[in-house]
Amino acid sequence: MNSVITVFAAASLQPAFDKIGQRLRSNQNIVTTFSYAGTQTLTTQLTQGAPADVFASADVAHMTTLNTAGLVQESHVFAHNRLEIAVAKGNPKGIHTLADLARSGLVVVLADPSVPAGKYAQQALAKAKVTVHPASLEQQVTGVLSKVALGEADAGIVYHSDIVTSGKVDGVAIPDAQNVIADYPIAVLKAAKSQTGATQFVSFVLSPDGQTLLKAAGFQGA
Amino acid sequence: MKRARIPPAIAVLAGLGLLLFLLPLAGLIVRAPWGQALGQLTDPTTTTALGLSIFCSVTATAIALVLGIPLAMILARTRGTTRNVLRALTTLPMVLPPVVGGVALLLAFGRHGLVGSLPYRWFGLQIPFTTAAAVMAETFVAMPFLVIAVEAGLRSLDHRYEEAARSLGAGYWRVFTRVTLPLLRPAIFSGAVLCWARALGEFGATITFAGNFPGRTQTVPIAVYIGLESNNPDAAITLSLILLVVSVAILVGMRDRWLGAL
Repeated sequence: MNSVITVFAAASLQPAFDKIGQRLRSNQNIVTTFSYAGTQTLTTQLTQGAPADVFASADVAHMTTLNTAGLVQESHVFAHNRLEIAVAKGNPKGIHTLADLARSGLVVVLADPSVPAGKYAQQALAKAKVTVHPASLEQQVTGVLSKVALGEADAGIVYHSDIVTSGKVDGVAIPDAQNVIADYPIAVLKAAKSQTGATQFVSFVLSPDGQTLLKAAGFQGA
Repeated sequence: MKRARIPPAIAVLAGLGLLLFLLPLAGLIVRAPWGQALGQLTDPTTTTALGLSIFCSVTATAIALVLGIPLAMILARTRGTTRNVLRALTTLPMVLPPVVGGVALLLAFGRHGLVGSLPYRWFGLQIPFTTAAAVMAETFVAMPFLVIAVEAGLRSLDHRYEEAARSLGAGYWRVFTRVTLPLLRPAIFSGAVLCWARALGEFGATITFAGNFPGRTQTVPIAVYIGLESNNPDAAITLSLILLVVSVAILVGMRDRWLGAL
């Protein structure tokens, strides 16, 4: 049986979920269409009735919003992600810590605080007691990544997975004491057209095979 | 001769077309948080975005006047292929998707861009993510409206007044400031208003080239978008209403000049 499902997923999941989609297509005949955007954008769209079968969020808060609205079934945390500083290849500005981001003359781009990555970045900066004056607040973490990759920003706070899969930027690790671990929950929508396909997708993401693909893309397993 | 009666089918289709314009406006007005509208209006996010939008759109219009009137004068003088090429270049931003304009601006004026790399290398100056970038994006998208209006005005100008002034001994600049510009005033005015309205509503090129930061590059349209995205629809609706009121005011104020100038 061929099933076609729509997955709304946080922008940072794109590299991992694209691979998962390919795998499901060849192994289980499930055809997946993805809509990647900032978690807050997807949450707004789902609240407004956007048709989807599965939602994968970059934080628990937005999943809770949808749960409270009665839109999703039970959710499971399927992956974690660490924050990392994205810098140009070779780190020409010599950025080694979060405190370096406060240096004057440095163009730093963050995700907007309404975006999970932006909220996590704020928390990390607060832990490190650093005040950063960002040049721009992006609507999804991948926007931060592309500004650094294009060379328009010197640094940005993104996820470890973004740096692993981007290939166009270098990463500067943030020590555990200052880092924030992102939790990624996934759930089947109550209004899913293909409950079976949606459930199969979620099961695969949680399965050892799915976890292997996520880890290869820089995530930590559930 | 009496004109033929309009068949019902056409009336129905026309009605549907009108509804497509009308219903979204109704939706905006019905869903507006009237109770909290005042609170939203004094909210710092709203006032900051409004102030920035006014500054950027007025500056963009001023730049468009300084650069656009000379451009229109050249356009009005040229003929044939030169004119077609110049005209196509000038009006391209009117049909180009604004986000494409934003990408193009970034690749030209970004710090690794064609032109933008020079001020960055020499003075460490970076254009993207600054208010200047927002103004540039707005000028890029809006200036064609002014150029087209002024060019149309120049083409329909009665040049005998200028010739008369010249025969009386007035020099080029004197004719230009005392005769040409005053005669062009209606065209310049309507062009400037259209240009300003387009600049005020600019979104795609601005967010792409200038990014989003409150007080620096977050203009009203961007604040509307962010408000809706980040689950703050009341702010988005209130700001949308303000833009709607401004647009209606422009339409009403310009209803006579509108078609004449274009």
